Amino acid sequence: MTSTQSLSVQEKKEVATKAEKTAPARFYTPATDIFETDEALTVVMEMPGVEKKDLDVQLEDDVLRIEGRVDVSKYEGLEPLYSEYNVGHFARSFVLSSKIDAKRIAAAVEDGVLTLTLPKAEEARPRRIPIG
Amino acid sequence: MALFYSNPFDAMLEFQRALDTLRDSAWLDFSPSGRGAFPPLNVFSKGDDIVVIAEAPGVHKADLRIEAKGNTIRISGVKSIERGARASVHRRERADGRFDRTVTLPVEVDADRVKAEYRDGILALYLPRAESAKPRTINIT
Repeated sequence: MTSTQSLSVQEKKEVATKAEKTAPARFYTPATDIFETDEALTVVMEMPGVEKKDLDVQLEDDVLRIEGRVDVSKYEGLEPLYSEYNVGHFARSFVLSSKIDAKRIAAAVEDGVLTLTLPKAEEARPRRIPIG
Repeated sequence: MALFYSNPFDAMLEFQRALDTLRDSAWLDFSPSGRGAFPPLNVFSKGDDIVVIAEAPGVHKADLRIEAKGNTIRISGVKSIERGARASVHRRERADGRFDRTVTLPVEVDADRVKAEYRDGILALYLPRAESAKPRTINIT
């Protein structure tokens, strides 16, 4: 008996925001993992093709905004024959629920993956209350 | 329709539109075989040659394997995500695992001259068309 194998390719989602973009290009939502420990919030985003210098991370009023731009000039002279994904810039923002120590935010990029470590502010860390 | 950008501001949108028109193309429909969460790929032509570009963020260079023979190329590898001890997970959208895919190209490629580059999560394969597959111009006498 034969079974057909289907190939799953992760679909890229286009950014749907209330604010309109002025740049004449499409933006996509990067696939993101977010996890939290007692000390920090870690955000891991997949932004293939984005170089370190083209990344912009902002934290303002508990809103974390990340934007990454890809360099289209690398595709110059290439004629598309077949396509499974579209190339675009990346943008995403999150409203953070816990207070972050903005001065100690660390960012690293490796193989097209951005890792942001957002340490929690001292007053936002959970405290264990001893029961007397 | 080759892409030459005169206006850098419109370049990205023009390029995206050009790719969009191909999203429904059935060119590789029956030829690929594979399994797993495969990085999506785009195929371009550049002069006589073929360029295959795939988005594979988070895959280590050492975990990628490329094979070329005749008119097929095989791309396989593994994407591993280290998930350490976590207090709580808010979002988990990134996919990991093994992938393996063979793509049949419309032309024979010169396997010895295939070049592969991996930078910033993008895999680019430069596949020169084999001499035997290049068209010859016939002079009319």
